[in-house]
Amino acid sequence: MIQEKGSSGQAMHFLRFLIFLVLCTSLGTARAQQSQALTIFAATSLTDAFEALRTAFLDERPQAQVSLHFANSSTLAAQLLQGAPADIFASANAAQMQLVLEGDLATAADIEHFAYNQLALITPADNPAELHALADLARPGVLLVLAAESTPIRSYTDAMLEAYAQEHDERFLRAVYGNVASEERNVRLVTARVALGEADAGIVYVSDSMGDIAADLHVIDIDPAYNQLAAYPVAQLSEARNPSLARYFVDFLLSPPAQRILASFGFCADAILQAPASPTPEPSPDVTQATPAPAQPCPPAPASG
Amino acid sequence: MSHKQRQRPPSHARQRPPADRLLLYGTSAFAILLLALPVLVLFIRGVGTRAWLGLPSTDVILAAVGLSFASTSVVTGAILALGTPLAYVLARVTFPSKRLLSLFIELPIVMPPAVAGLALLLTFGRRGALGTFLAEAGITIPFSIAAVVLAQFFIAAPFYIRSAQVGFSTISPEIEDAARVDGAYGWRMFWHITLPIAWRALFAGMVLSWARALGEFGATILFAGNLQGKTQTMPLLVYSIFERDIDAAIWAGLLLIGLALLALFLSQSFAQAQDRLLR
Repeated sequence: MIQEKGSSGQAMHFLRFLIFLVLCTSLGTARAQQSQALTIFAATSLTDAFEALRTAFLDERPQAQVSLHFANSSTLAAQLLQGAPADIFASANAAQMQLVLEGDLATAADIEHFAYNQLALITPADNPAELHALADLARPGVLLVLAAESTPIRSYTDAMLEAYAQEHDERFLRAVYGNVASEERNVRLVTARVALGEADAGIVYVSDSMGDIAADLHVIDIDPAYNQLAAYPVAQLSEARNPSLARYFVDFLLSPPAQRILASFGFCADAILQAPASPTPEPSPDVTQATPAPAQPCPPAPASG
Repeated sequence: MSHKQRQRPPSHARQRPPADRLLLYGTSAFAILLLALPVLVLFIRGVGTRAWLGLPSTDVILAAVGLSFASTSVVTGAILALGTPLAYVLARVTFPSKRLLSLFIELPIVMPPAVAGLALLLTFGRRGALGTFLAEAGITIPFSIAAVVLAQFFIAAPFYIRSAQVGFSTISPEIEDAARVDGAYGWRMFWHITLPIAWRALFAGMVLSWARALGEFGATILFAGNLQGKTQTMPLLVYSIFERDIDAAIWAGLLLIGLALLALFLSQSFAQAQDRLLR
């Protein structure tokens, strides 16, 4: 039932207030466009590193306003293709970047590879299922948690398991997939499940097994012969509100200070710096294949904080 | 606005200045737009692209539909069995701190489902307060259909309990007293006197909580995990496939909306029937 207490005066006041609000928000947006707003869509595995990188970036460009949005790379790609506004896209694999390229949201020339990562097999700190190697994942009854099929980490995991199965036993794959108890939306949720002790094992990036959560985890090294190298491409998007600022951020990611920060979070980022002979991989027209394991292993991360 | 009001000379409306009326109807129209447009767009998009024709992964959807119906059937049975006595007690018995208890029972209605999932995980998880003992007995709840059922029960039961409590409390105790004089006690009185009067309210609550269980997402994905054919109910499916196969997500979404609409309609009809009966 409609209550009619308000006089016209009150209504007009309310109307003026609404107009005032609308003006405020539109002015706010206009000012943000002229200034230094930078919206970054980044893969979940980059969460901690990018928060530290933002702090470092703001030391260089104090007037910049950096907002970070994290999700699994395929969700981010889907959001971008549905028109989500962003200036930078940092993906955990080439396939999702390829989707963004095909959607004309970025150009191939703008893509840079700024970080590399490898896979780690994790268990809860007390390792309840007593796992010691990749082979143990096929043991019946192991509660294994993997990331969902559309995520980059899952592509790398599948490639790694297949490589192992090819050398050993084809039945290995069926046994391992039979042990999957849950498919999580992103790699951080896999880590959380294992750290909470709900799952016996999970496969995540090396960088995800570091940081505060490391105390709750036991990390089992994966034989370099099967491990995969995840390459992280970054691109400024065609719709970037301030293209020069976006470009500046991409260059910043490739700079030694940023590479040191990435290395401190477990990314073998300084591989780029240490090996100038091998240039940054050019994005080929078909980059949907997962990057094969590298000839040289990922260098261990320096102990710098 | 009701039919009656429209026929009455609009004395208030005449006095109202145009700016006021504009604001009133304008904001109302805007609110309707916000509420109805997304559902309408989903429907138009689903019909426009013939979402149901090019479904490459029907078995995935069927697995989710089957799991959803199986789990919500069990949940509805459990809610009826456990919720009915509780609702009757709440409607008939007065005891200290009853209001506090009601508050706790109804908390899941407004509690963020993700928080509920976390609480369930910390209680029934492998290392949870109760889960530790269950694990020793060889029972693991997370990542199983039991976890799906528990999550749905936790979120949906309050809807039934609240509706049933209202239904029971509208029956005058005098009716039950009269029945007792005639020799009807306990279960017989409930079955022959109380239930025939209150069943519409119980049914309205049951359908509503079934619909809520069917739509449960946050607590399920946190507590039960997400695995096709095992814990992936329809809402989890929509969330899992929207970027891989948006048509399948829309199709599953439309199915869920249709079922929710039907349940809401049934629930409202029976709740109104109960009201009319007791007026």
